[in-house]
Amino acid sequence: MAEKVLMKGNEAIAEAAIQAGCRHYFGYPITPQTEIAAYMAKRMPKIGGTFLQAESEIAAINMVYGVASAGKRVMTSSSSPGISLKSEGLSYLAGADLPALVVNAQRGGPGLGGIQPSQSDYFQATRGGGHGDYHMIVLAPSSVQEMAQLTIRGFELADEYRMTAMILADGTIGQMMEPVSFDFEIKEAPAKPWATTGTKMARPHNVINSLYLNAELLEKTNIERYQKYALIEEKEALAEEYMVEDADIIIAAFGIAARVSKNAVNEARASGIKAGLIRPITLWPFPKAVFAKHADHAKQIISVELSMGQMIEDVQLATQCKVPVSLCYRVGGMIPTPDQVYQAIVEANEKGGK
Amino acid sequence: MNYKRITLLAGHYGSGKTNIAVNMALELKKLHENTAIADLDIVNPYFRTLDSKNELEAAGIRLIVSPYANSSLDIPALPQDMYAIVDDESMYSIIDVGGDDRGALALGRLSRMISDENNYDMFLVINRYRPLTPDAQSVQEVLQEIEEAGRLKFTGIINNSNLGAETDAECILNSVKFAEEVSQLTGLPVVLTSVEEKFMDELSGKIDNLFPMKLQKRPVD
Repeated sequence: MAEKVLMKGNEAIAEAAIQAGCRHYFGYPITPQTEIAAYMAKRMPKIGGTFLQAESEIAAINMVYGVASAGKRVMTSSSSPGISLKSEGLSYLAGADLPALVVNAQRGGPGLGGIQPSQSDYFQATRGGGHGDYHMIVLAPSSVQEMAQLTIRGFELADEYRMTAMILADGTIGQMMEPVSFDFEIKEAPAKPWATTGTKMARPHNVINSLYLNAELLEKTNIERYQKYALIEEKEALAEEYMVEDADIIIAAFGIAARVSKNAVNEARASGIKAGLIRPITLWPFPKAVFAKHADHAKQIISVELSMGQMIEDVQLATQCKVPVSLCYRVGGMIPTPDQVYQAIVEANEKGGK
Repeated sequence: MNYKRITLLAGHYGSGKTNIAVNMALELKKLHENTAIADLDIVNPYFRTLDSKNELEAAGIRLIVSPYANSSLDIPALPQDMYAIVDDESMYSIIDVGGDDRGALALGRLSRMISDENNYDMFLVINRYRPLTPDAQSVQEVLQEIEEAGRLKFTGIINNSNLGAETDAECILNSVKFAEEVSQLTGLPVVLTSVEEKFMDELSGKIDNLFPMKLQKRPVD
């Protein structure tokens, strides 16, 4: 598929997963990500894969646990309320150190909320979601092309670090149609000597489990897992920096909010304000170093979010409160307009500062 | 174009039916005072004819839509006044059918009445740049699934091949052969090639039966 195709963000995720070698998809339909399941339902039977509509989200995530244990690339997808249902399974995946890809096309909440886009599952995603000490790698695409690209990257990272990678998208990027090129170099999945593939009487049993009867051993496992997390924080944090080198006002925004913000930054630059954008592509690990680097010259950072202010806390931590951080937001399925963000930039430029 | 009393647009999910429907309704209104546009989409709660409500209403076009379209109530509801399409024989209408066979299912309620009256066209909207319909064979599969679910036969093809914001004249020209192949395999004529109006100068004379369109506003650039 060298020629570009026109796809919805959700379809791009599904196609990218197939190209990454994923042959097992389990899910339960929920707007606004049902196209992922629909695409898998059409394609998987034709390529010898498995599409299974589970009886619930909880069933689906446990099927993911099963296939991951057998060492195969596997995924599930849902939207906010469905991810809450899956969060027990996410914790079990972490406890058993299993690689998997999970997609959350966020919608407005809490509760059943609405079906319009949102970014209010940021805390849930970046802090793990389920119970216990753990993290997921969280990737935040802001275009249909990136939906595809980060899905492939997600499978690679999941395998490399034996953990869950989550695509934290939103209803708009899932639904919008854009041209996509599938010109990717895809790394083969690494060998998985830990997988439960049958001993063939040639090796000891592999056991996949998250239950520890010995507290000392459980403590040791947790500590080792956090040593792995430290390595990931050091190596894998990723952000796009857009006109930040000389910026007085820096916007922090990811996903759909970053697209809107980029327009506002361009408008601000055109009217003589030195504005820039830092767009975290990995939300966990959070690109702390990028923010720290620019904290000295910025007068103010504005966190633009489709939430009541969640990522703003990571921005404050990353900049160690060296620079004031304000919030510009819409919630409930509403999206900030470029003009709203532009006005926030103008205001920050006039009043803000250290 | 020579419109029959009822014009139905069906096709693969995301092939561009709604954009064509809105533009056709605006053209149809100039030919027939009593014109309506009906949204029978029971699949997709987003990107509906309702997005063009103001423009359609300003033109005096009747909108037949589910009261829940574009709301957070994501249910496969049909408009309560949809029987006006078949009951009011003085009314001309464009019907925007939902994508794929699942979307066309709703058509089954009206198909008997539409085929009995036999004053309709049903056009298959195709876009070769959609990943699941890149060739004539895959389009024919979709066509058969829709005809089975909707219980109505297609009468023609609209080639709406485009790459979204990256569409150029060449991309449209490169789809002509594809449309002809679909036509040959299905025995249906290519009645229109729908293009954004800015391509009209470049393409006129090169492609027959061009249909210029203004595109619906998108929520984010």
